[in-house]
Amino acid sequence: MTGPPPRTTPAPATGLPEGTAWPAGAAGVPGGAPGERAAWPPLPKRAPRGGSADGGSRSGSGGGSRDGSGSGLLPGRLGAAIQVARLLRRRSAGAAPGRWRGRGLPGKARWALRAVAVVVPLGVWAVVSSLGVVDPTFLPSPAAVAGAFAEMAASGQLLSDTAASLGRVAAGFGLAVAISVPLGMAMGTSQVALALLEPVIGMLRYLPASAFIPLLIIWLGLGEPSKIAILVIGVVFFNTLMTADAVRAVPGELRKAAATLGATGGEVLRKVVWPYALPGMLDAMRVNAAAAWNFVVVAELIAAESGLGYRIVRAQRFLQTDRIFAVLVLIGLIGLAIDVGLRLARARVGRWAA
Amino acid sequence: MTLVLRDVVKEYAGRRVLDGIGLEVGRGDFLCIVGASGSGKSTLLNLIAGLEPGTGGAIELDGDPVTGPGPERGLVFQSGALFPFLSVAENVGFGLRLLPLPAAERRRRVEWYLSEVGLLPLANALPKELSGGQRQRVAIARALACEPSVLLLDEPFGALDVQTKEDMQVFLHQVWQDTGATVLMVTHDVEEAVLLGRRVIVLASHPGRVAAELPVPLPARRELALKRTPEFLALRARVEDLVRGHAAGRV
Repeated sequence: MTGPPPRTTPAPATGLPEGTAWPAGAAGVPGGAPGERAAWPPLPKRAPRGGSADGGSRSGSGGGSRDGSGSGLLPGRLGAAIQVARLLRRRSAGAAPGRWRGRGLPGKARWALRAVAVVVPLGVWAVVSSLGVVDPTFLPSPAAVAGAFAEMAASGQLLSDTAASLGRVAAGFGLAVAISVPLGMAMGTSQVALALLEPVIGMLRYLPASAFIPLLIIWLGLGEPSKIAILVIGVVFFNTLMTADAVRAVPGELRKAAATLGATGGEVLRKVVWPYALPGMLDAMRVNAAAAWNFVVVAELIAAESGLGYRIVRAQRFLQTDRIFAVLVLIGLIGLAIDVGLRLARARVGRWAA
Repeated sequence: MTLVLRDVVKEYAGRRVLDGIGLEVGRGDFLCIVGASGSGKSTLLNLIAGLEPGTGGAIELDGDPVTGPGPERGLVFQSGALFPFLSVAENVGFGLRLLPLPAAERRRRVEWYLSEVGLLPLANALPKELSGGQRQRVAIARALACEPSVLLLDEPFGALDVQTKEDMQVFLHQVWQDTGATVLMVTHDVEEAVLLGRRVIVLASHPGRVAAELPVPLPARRELALKRTPEFLALRARVEDLVRGHAAGRV
């Protein structure tokens, strides 16, 4: 509240020893303070916002004439940029110029930007590989990758490998969730469980799951159990702590309110804590599903006879980089599908949230 | 007597917050507790609700000692504390759902309380779609649906704007008359306490203790117009002086 140095309050009222902090003239002398205040230099002005550099791009979307001035952009990108700018301008015509109020990006512009984000890297890839500056053994062209993809898909390899990897993720991730959700609920609701588990899990979380692979192979052999165990180790600790956080976010008042309405401890857990924390738990699962999908491929790289990771190793042996690329694209697409699915589930479950 | 408190003491880490509180609330009574901050009025309500154990003394409801929270002592929070993931009707039916009650009977009761608080058209709305006043109506209906022996209100209108607050005061008075509920309300708003209470208890601060108990000799039917009458203004001034006098000691 009170501004920096020169204070006009008389010193005794502040309760501080006299003459410590304040400039000598400020204390005591009646009428002196306003006089001094008049002598203060004016407050410096901030540079106006949205000036030169920033304002240029904004007014571009607000109705300037920048359509032709996309110098330095690649051809494909230029068209997209123009389209986005046009969309944005149309949308903001009614509102304050150059700003999106309230809703954020309009839907069409968002989709246009997403398309840009996919098309531009693909375009760069196609251009670089067609220029011939990189040996196609190291960087196959998009067409070659598509061809390899079609070939592998036709032979049924891709389908069976995808099924094998997905099966491992389902088992490993499912097991990890089945372990971590009850643990996280306990840590989020009970001080005893929190004190008991947090130090151990907090440490275990930092041990990289891939470092367990040699040990797990010694313990469990080369079969499925060791791969599923890697997934569990990679996911369970993070998911436990994140679930505990989601549970801790349940307002204490809601639990108290439920208790004063007659709910027992178990009923509070089932009817208040669980539904309130569920969207947060799904958020945690979404993050950790990505990790699970990573770990399954890592596990298959090292020892497996099936799966997408195994397919990459096989292709490597014969220097088939186009096949490696095809599998990588597929891994990415499946990951994206998992993410979108969990996001939709979360949006549905979390409809009540403001 | 429905609710009896005898010499209730509460300490946090050796610091006394409530000191020898004694009070009695009869069936159908409307008792308001006012006090400055630091008088421990919310703590007192938590003790009666059974959410915290007392350090000493006894709290009895209908002759039974209070040992934990229960639906016979419904508590309404300042925030409403509605379950955000349940619809308005499901919120009101929350306590009833925990009882062995046929679904049809539960629905009948939920509908009655929803219409009593004027929210039947919003039965399927989510709490996020409600205004502050509507939320408090739901919270009150939710507590009342369990037919509590005493309804505890902790600054229920403290977060509302002045107009909504006055509407809610009229509403609460109406609900009290319709249902015959026993109400114990904690507030820092002296005007509210005098307008609604049949008795007002003033708590002193540091530690909280009963400083005064005043009957409110106003007509049984309370209306907003009452706030401008000389009797009301005189009583309000008197309670305000008491609150101020017993708070100033330690400031």
